[in-house]
Amino acid sequence: MTQATPVKVVTANSLIEGDVVWLAKDGSWTDSLQSANAFTDKADAQTALEQANLRQNEVVGCYLADMRLGPTGLEPAHFREDFRRRGPSNYAHGKQSQG
Amino acid sequence: MYQYDEFDRAFIAERNRQFRAQVDRRIDGSLTEEEFRPLRLMNGLYLQLHAYMLRVAIPYGTLNSAQLRQLAMIATRWDKGYGHFTTRQNIQYNWPRLTDVPDILDALAEVGLHAIQTSGNTIRNVTSDQFAAAAADEIEDPRPYAELIRQWSTDHPEFQFLPRKFKIAITGSPNDRAVTKAHDIGLRMVRQNGETGFEVIVGGGLGRTPMIGKVIRDFVPVADLLPYLEAIVGTYNLLGRRDNKYKARIKITVHENGLEKVRDLVEAQFRKIAPQFDAGATAQHLAQLKQQFAAPDLPPRDDQRYHDARRIDGVFRAWADTNLHPHRAAGYSIVTISLKPHGGTPGDATDAQMTLIADLADRYALGEIRVSHEQNLVLPHVALDDLPALHQALRAAGLATANVGLASDIIACPGMDYCALATARSIPVAQEIAQHVDALKLEHDIGPLKIKISGCINACGHHHVGHIGILGLDRAGVENYQITLGGDGSEDAVIGTRTGPGFAYDQIVPAVERILRAYLDLRRDRSETFLQAYRRLGADPFKAALYHTEQEDAA
Ligand code: HEM
Ligand code: SF4
Repeated sequence: MTQATPVKVVTANSLIEGDVVWLAKDGSWTDSLQSANAFTDKADAQTALEQANLRQNEVVGCYLADMRLGPTGLEPAHFREDFRRRGPSNYAHGKQSQG
Repeated sequence: MYQYDEFDRAFIAERNRQFRAQVDRRIDGSLTEEEFRPLRLMNGLYLQLHAYMLRVAIPYGTLNSAQLRQLAMIATRWDKGYGHFTTRQNIQYNWPRLTDVPDILDALAEVGLHAIQTSGNTIRNVTSDQFAAAAADEIEDPRPYAELIRQWSTDHPEFQFLPRKFKIAITGSPNDRAVTKAHDIGLRMVRQNGETGFEVIVGGGLGRTPMIGKVIRDFVPVADLLPYLEAIVGTYNLLGRRDNKYKARIKITVHENGLEKVRDLVEAQFRKIAPQFDAGATAQHLAQLKQQFAAPDLPPRDDQRYHDARRIDGVFRAWADTNLHPHRAAGYSIVTISLKPHGGTPGDATDAQMTLIADLADRYALGEIRVSHEQNLVLPHVALDDLPALHQALRAAGLATANVGLASDIIACPGMDYCALATARSIPVAQEIAQHVDALKLEHDIGPLKIKISGCINACGHHHVGHIGILGLDRAGVENYQITLGGDGSEDAVIGTRTGPGFAYDQIVPAVERILRAYLDLRRDRSETFLQAYRRLGADPFKAALYHTEQEDAA
């Protein structure tokens, strides 16, 4: 049906703002899912999570989220991650407002 | 209304100072999140899906205009310009920055508000009837008792680490507007031989195992109230299960041990501890509290303008028919301001709306505002003659939706749009149902109806006691909505019955419409409400309407 590859990303909430962030390729925290580092290898993902978990003064509650990597980029595998990516449905003032 | 004394002020200031230091230590790295989390929760600060969330208690739902104005200021300065009023008479801010929260708490303290015990396994904000001291059907104002309970429970050394959170609701009216039977303890004021006391209900609760509370004592005199509560909470503290979070509420304690055993233990504990309470001092303190809640002076007023407006202005009349309740004083009314505009987020108010309501309260309602568990705001004392002007002002601000008690006056929890525990969204479902019944112009025809929506089994949106309850679930990675029917949160509280399989997101609004149309077909006449028709007919005809089209689709 789809050629999308299952991948994992490291996600968390930022410590000060509380907003949703993803671990980017350069090791920074990004607020754009498309800039997230997509791990195809489970062990790599696990290592990245462990390292991210040590960065307690930047983020809260790191975990691995399931995504699919398709022609248009990263797509959440579950609707919860879709809402985390988009922000709340009732007002466009979460991540929606950032375009 | 209750004003903080020196002790309260010093206590809150100290708590806030401590929390500011804890935030600093979290940020400089000397506290880990694991260490910090319980500390922030003790101050009402959660981490939710998209941001932090600060839950501020509105004790027994009573606010003065200065407090509401301050809540608006906080929304402007430190949040995104709005606040969310909840079923537990709290206001939640959905977007505070961690570093701003100490300042917010200080701003709250300036007007006698705080976020203590709005989280954690403690006695939470004591909730009450939003019409207290105004309702025509009231025995007595429950709020002095609620304040007494608040003072007893706040920072109570024994009750900071209960097996689970603990919720107390109190009503002074036989018509229960506080859902007392769905609380850990429900208190219903009664009179026996000329003496005021309380019928005490224990073990109600919603969540994953919904239960209606049971009467543990049919009369506790006022003098015994605190020792009796202490005996219940103390017994629960010992007996309640700590091995399983889901079985830790007092409803399970009562269910597993039986009401008789719990009653015996509570009575024995009560006899033991009652002598340690200084009944004389409590009585004196209660008398002072009653003075603070003294009934306002409501001089007789003419009501000609009200009757004129009713006659000539259909919009006013429709609003008056749904949003007013009888006041105990002649010439006055209780006004419910709907925070449920069709298509709006149930319970949200913008900073401008809060400020306007505070101003209108000063102008027309002795500066008092209430928060209802149904997520609306109330002006408890308005002269009939002022209603046309009040209505005009509300209308201009989009606050005059004439739907209180109707199909679009929906309770909805934040659901997956905000809540980290959610399994589905609630808010857009409420928005779409409200818009749909409005577009069909059905809701005034349907009449009294309570639709309540939760985004997970924790049941914060009270779906179990909705006439129509909706529970959002996750079915294999897609949102799915289960319907319960026949629930009731009144003095005759009943847990609703599940109808059958759930509905997909895009099928839930049509499903609700089928139930509503079935009711319109089945009712005897306009005077038979949805709940009455459901009780007369049972679930079957509604289920047939609900699933009929599904079968056709499948065929
Ligand atoms: C967004 C953050 C929230 C979280 C994390 C949360 C969490 C919970 C949890 C875990 C329960 C189940 C407790 C149990 O049965 O042991 C619960 C129940 C409940 N919550 Fe919330 N809730 C939240 C928001 C709200 C809101 C916004 C309201 C009001 C609209 C609310 C009102 C209630 C009520 C009325 C109950 C159920 C009744 C009961 O305790 O038996 N909560 N909540
Ligand atoms: S019912 Fe569930 S989704 Fe809704 S606010 Fe409560 S915990 Fe969150």
